[in-house]
Amino acid sequence: MTEPLVLTACTAVSAAGRGVLAHRDALLSRTSGLQPNDFDPGLGGWIGRVPGTEAHALPPAMAGFDCRNNRLADMALRTDGFAEAVAEARDEYGADRIAVVLGTSTSGVSAAEDAYQRRCDGGLLPAEFNYDHTQDLFSLGSYVRTVLGLRGPALVVSTACASSARCFMDAGQLIRTGVCDAAVVGGADSLCRMTLHGFAALELLSPTPCRPCAADRAGISIGEAAGFALLERADARRRDGRTTPRLALLGAGASSDGHHMSHPHPEGAGAVGAMRQALRRAGLAPHDVDWINLHGTGTRANDATEDLAVASVFGDGVSCSSTKGWTGHTLGACGILEAVIAGQCMAAGFVAGCLGIDTPDPAFRAQVAVGTLDRPVQSVVSNSFGFGGANCSLVLGLLS
Amino acid sequence: MTRQRSGLAAGIVGVSVWGPGLEGWDASRPILAGAAPYEPRHSPPPAPAILAPTERRRTGPVVRLALTVAHEAAQNAASSSGLPPGSLRNVFGSSNGDGVVVGGILDALAGARGNERVVSPTAFHNSVHNAAAGYWSIATAGRQPATCLGAHDGTWAAALLKAMVEVAADGEATLLCCYDHPLPTPLAALRPTVSAFGAGLVLAPLGVGQPMATVRVGYCAIPPAPGAWAPRNPALHALAAGNVVAQSLRLLETLALGESDRHALPYLDGRLDLELDVAG
Repeated sequence: MTEPLVLTACTAVSAAGRGVLAHRDALLSRTSGLQPNDFDPGLGGWIGRVPGTEAHALPPAMAGFDCRNNRLADMALRTDGFAEAVAEARDEYGADRIAVVLGTSTSGVSAAEDAYQRRCDGGLLPAEFNYDHTQDLFSLGSYVRTVLGLRGPALVVSTACASSARCFMDAGQLIRTGVCDAAVVGGADSLCRMTLHGFAALELLSPTPCRPCAADRAGISIGEAAGFALLERADARRRDGRTTPRLALLGAGASSDGHHMSHPHPEGAGAVGAMRQALRRAGLAPHDVDWINLHGTGTRANDATEDLAVASVFGDGVSCSSTKGWTGHTLGACGILEAVIAGQCMAAGFVAGCLGIDTPDPAFRAQVAVGTLDRPVQSVVSNSFGFGGANCSLVLGLLS
Repeated sequence: MTRQRSGLAAGIVGVSVWGPGLEGWDASRPILAGAAPYEPRHSPPPAPAILAPTERRRTGPVVRLALTVAHEAAQNAASSSGLPPGSLRNVFGSSNGDGVVVGGILDALAGARGNERVVSPTAFHNSVHNAAAGYWSIATAGRQPATCLGAHDGTWAAALLKAMVEVAADGEATLLCCYDHPLPTPLAALRPTVSAFGAGLVLAPLGVGQPMATVRVGYCAIPPAPGAWAPRNPALHALAAGNVVAQSLRLLETLALGESDRHALPYLDGRLDLELDVAG
């Protein structure tokens, strides 16, 4: 078992809404944020586009960081009182004692896509394109650390679609070894032509809104999101004055498939390893878990393999579902986004069953939830799996 | 702001290097120890024999650089300390990632018209920052997790700190594989990287295996003195200044000499203090 850590502040921005309560409302009203692909319409399909991104301006001092990814990050930082909560923690611990550990898969590559369209004579990129502050992988970490005024160690984790789940583990180790007292975790991924074209090349884009766990599921809908959490030791002083239970990371597990760059292991062996390790570290048995937030992208192979993996760890005794019908697959941001969603389901007491399907794939052995199940949720397993065979499972719960 | 209370320690049980004129640890050791002259030359990393031919064909120069470094460090730890490559946790660090692949995709997208499909599936899955770690796990059939990171000019310090923390937090031996390859045109002008360079370490909890040195690190939010990480050999200074992973050269020289050393690495607006002790 590892010591639990608490998430003392949380925020998220996605197509489903801006802020944690907007996500709760969208889940309960079963309102999807997906829309027809107007970002790169030639490719068709549906996307989870965050409204207001085009109009959102970064603070003038940070203008060099302007790109879609950092705009999403900035929107999230200014939502749910997140930046203010970090400032209070900074006053308590000191700026050098708070780490920044964030996940992204493509960083600000859309800025480079735009710059490549406007190459000057001789092939040079336009002078206003700032590689270091947009496309470079660390752009997001540098942006968030600067805006929040933090001086602790920082890194950007990039394990494809497991990135912002994996960063909880990396940050947790920094806290447990005393390198820092708290960490800002989470991440951002934003719509870009590279991922839309890439998934189109793999023939994984669904022509209709994605329908994870449906028998006739036809692929993913790509989304974008940013989200953050402030991670601290469980005995951290309460600065919010509340007495309600706190959202906690009870355990986490990771593994590599060691099988293929873009296809999951046929029996989901890596996913099984990540879930079992996460449960062991949380000190929970499978039947202690109330809900599994599946990676559940909506592709034929991912969902079928994840079903095998979930069934081999949990049997058919635990409700599982994917929330990507609301947000689309937000790639490297899905780990933090779904951690925030899990927190909302626990706080309000419901399981968000798969959206847009009446009955799950009859071939599935796990207990797939459809519709809203009103009932207490005390602990959630949240799965995130990525290219390169990177798997990460988080166990979230409430600590009194 | 000056507190430094972290006492992270680990044994170095494996080491590797690949760069211009530094073609593997055994060949580079006399150069790094100052017993042979440094003669830089174009040193393309070999095709990774550890991958099956189908996978090998899909790898470009960046993945090859990373796999060369990972393989040599892991072999080194296997022979020194009996740690099988597949048993190691993995930390992969790179600031540029696979810029060759990403640059190729950006070129293709800029020329795409309408719904034209211009990105190949292989290029797309190779574009992720954790591609090298993915190929490594395929090569070793390893299920141990990998974290993959970047921290711009602080990438070497960040990856070393991360690997030290992995060892300290979970008591597991960890492969640290760091690599940076020049970006292609036109990105190269905006993020110059002089040559491809990679360095690897296998770090183990104290008391595990046969370490060649003990390493201790601590983070401090004050920058290091200028040149605090400069290699002893002036002939290596240009490389150390021109590739963020080559900030490891001071540590590699120390291991090659079998001496003890203290130096500080640049890490964002702070530093990572590093202490190497050959006596353990």
